[in-house]
Amino acid sequence: MSEFVPTPAEERTSTGARWAHLAWIAVPLAVLGLAVAWLISTDPLASFRNGAPPVERLTVERTILGADGIRLLVRAGGSEPMTIAQVQVDDAYWQFTQEPAGKIARGDTAWIALPYPWVLGETHTVRMVTNTGITFDHVIDVAVPTPTRDSISFISQAILGAFVGILPVAVGLMFYPALRGVGSSGMNFLLSLTVGLLAFLLVDAFAEALELAARAAAVFQGQTMVVLTALASFLILMAAGRRAGTPTGLALATFIALGIGLHNLGEGLAIGAAFASGAAGLGTFLVLGFTLHNITEGIGIAAPILSRRPPLWTFAALTLLAGGPAVLGLWIGSLAFAPQWSALALAIGAGAILQVIVEVVSMQMRQHGDGLRAVTAPSAMAGLAVGVAFMYVTAMLVKI
Amino acid sequence: MSDTLLDRKLDRRLLLAGGLAAAGGTIALASNAAGQASQGGAHSMPMGGSTMAATDGTSSSDASAHLVAHGNMITVGAVDDTRNGFDPVAILSDWDVGTVSKLPDGRTLRTFEVNAEDKEIEIAPGIFFPAWTYNGRVPGPALRAVEGEALRIIFRNYGSHPHSMHFHGIHAARMDGVPGAGLIQPGEEFVYEFDAKPFGCHLYHCHALPLKRHIHKGMYGAFVIDPDPARHPDQVAAARSRLLGTPENADWQELVMVMNAFDTNFDGANEVYAVNTVAHAYAKKPIQIVKSRPVRVYLINIVEFDPINSFHLHGNFFDYYNQGTTLTPTLKTVDLITQCQAERGILEFHFREHEPGLYMFHAHQSEFTELGWVGMFDVVEALS
Repeated sequence: MSEFVPTPAEERTSTGARWAHLAWIAVPLAVLGLAVAWLISTDPLASFRNGAPPVERLTVERTILGADGIRLLVRAGGSEPMTIAQVQVDDAYWQFTQEPAGKIARGDTAWIALPYPWVLGETHTVRMVTNTGITFDHVIDVAVPTPTRDSISFISQAILGAFVGILPVAVGLMFYPALRGVGSSGMNFLLSLTVGLLAFLLVDAFAEALELAARAAAVFQGQTMVVLTALASFLILMAAGRRAGTPTGLALATFIALGIGLHNLGEGLAIGAAFASGAAGLGTFLVLGFTLHNITEGIGIAAPILSRRPPLWTFAALTLLAGGPAVLGLWIGSLAFAPQWSALALAIGAGAILQVIVEVVSMQMRQHGDGLRAVTAPSAMAGLAVGVAFMYVTAMLVKI
Repeated sequence: MSDTLLDRKLDRRLLLAGGLAAAGGTIALASNAAGQASQGGAHSMPMGGSTMAATDGTSSSDASAHLVAHGNMITVGAVDDTRNGFDPVAILSDWDVGTVSKLPDGRTLRTFEVNAEDKEIEIAPGIFFPAWTYNGRVPGPALRAVEGEALRIIFRNYGSHPHSMHFHGIHAARMDGVPGAGLIQPGEEFVYEFDAKPFGCHLYHCHALPLKRHIHKGMYGAFVIDPDPARHPDQVAAARSRLLGTPENADWQELVMVMNAFDTNFDGANEVYAVNTVAHAYAKKPIQIVKSRPVRVYLINIVEFDPINSFHLHGNFFDYYNQGTTLTPTLKTVDLITQCQAERGILEFHFREHEPGLYMFHAHQSEFTELGWVGMFDVVEALS
């Protein structure tokens, strides 16, 4: 700094340059301002107003059934603020309160409370009629009380989450000693198996995220959000993972556990939401299906650390990292949160899984020093096929 | 020991997960509502000269007794009758008798003027419907004539679509109001001419195509022809009681009720049902009925999309004159009648032996009732 002493002339030019620079920022902004002013003052688009009523959109994000009736969280997405004039429940006008009252601006939410005597286990249709007479239907497929935040339901949800997320990962990791002795093609098989199961999870998470995103309010542009979030999550994790070189061994196992954990968070959210909406009366069979389905996850996590001998606590930590989020997801999901949040969680999970796939494949290619040959070797192909097939077949037990 | 540890963990998780949900819950429980426009605007409104009045519920019974009967199953708020330009209570008996003159041959000529116009109307609190109307109201004016008179209806179309008036009555084909016979374009005028016959409770509606759209948009009204006692020497008393303007008729509490419905989202099914357009109008402002005087209801069904409608009276029975074309009842002592679209008739009943109180009436299609077609008679000793 001290070496550089600007002459007055230089100072002038640099000041001048700075002003010119600022001007070049100001010019486009001024053009924008003028365009806006012209649009507002002369209304050149008047011919587009053809007398059509404003576009109205209403999305129900949460449904809460309690002793005091039905409460709905609605989000408006119209071209203008919307007014809910009346509400029908099962084809009957019903008294309701709206909080906050009045018009709902684009993107805003409001709670609609209906003192309606809903019937356990039956279907109810809520129809909101706006001031223009447009109707928005919300079907409560199976009416069950929304789980409340008491410790009993928290514990039972935690147990369910443990069966769905933690137990299978722990069981899978328990194969560790048995797997330690495998040879090079056995290792190749196991890594490909991991890739296969991750590929299944990637497709599953991404498809489910898109499906949930489609149910979210239009303002969220759900599908774009899912794609961009997954991409961002992938890139961030790639960058983070490779700061200290390509992840191998325990680091790679941790990334696999993280990716699976994020997927399990999304899965937990979905199961919790299904619970809250009464769509799933979870039977023992279904829970065991989930357990079986997720056992390969533990094997996948174990694969990169077979040649090391990590301390015992790392196994516990990996189990919690991969399986724990299922419990968290159940807790949050059972409170009936809006679809866009579940979609977001699944999209992050999809990105994380993609990162792990890339890293496992690159490890596979490196480990044998013969690049693509390792990936296309018969043992690898077999592993891939077994991984995908196992996930697909066990998913049949749980898809409703 | 382990208990406390578990509790502590749960507490922390509760804090995490519960925070968001608690926020939502608090918001929802905080009261004060959107649609809760107060009922303050409901006041006693005289109608039909001095024969009848609406009550705000305070006159004969407990302040909210008439609302208690509906529980929470009712629309929220009140319709702005002033903005609509018609009051459902007034519409019950504001007959349009036209203007009367004598023809050269001595017969009476009765002339009505009806304009078609587009108008947005509030059919339930806060729900606005882009209606097509006769004289700016739905149902259109309740035209009333006497059997045998020559009728002239001057019809002008100020609306945005072709319209007509198709009368249910006896007339020439060229007066029928169908395309090619009195259906006129916007800005045009047509004069329908025919004799008032047969006597009875009839209706008119637009017969432009597509018919469904023109009817459910609001183009219909009552068309009542009173019997001429001179033509019914055997039943003079009955005829005179039906003839508007006679002392015998003045004792009757006459109400015109057009059962209608609105498809607000144009999906081919109705969102709002009512008598005389406004959902729950007579549930929120019961119709006052004097106990000692008889009641006559001119009932017309014009509901589109549903094949049938009905009228059921609580705690009482009535005599029914199908289409009103007879002076003796076609059904005696019933508490329910059904009508298909354009079917109509006259109901006669009284509350002389009843105790005063609120007597409900509604369609006995529960769906219609729950979507707005329900009302109350407030039976009183004397008008308040």
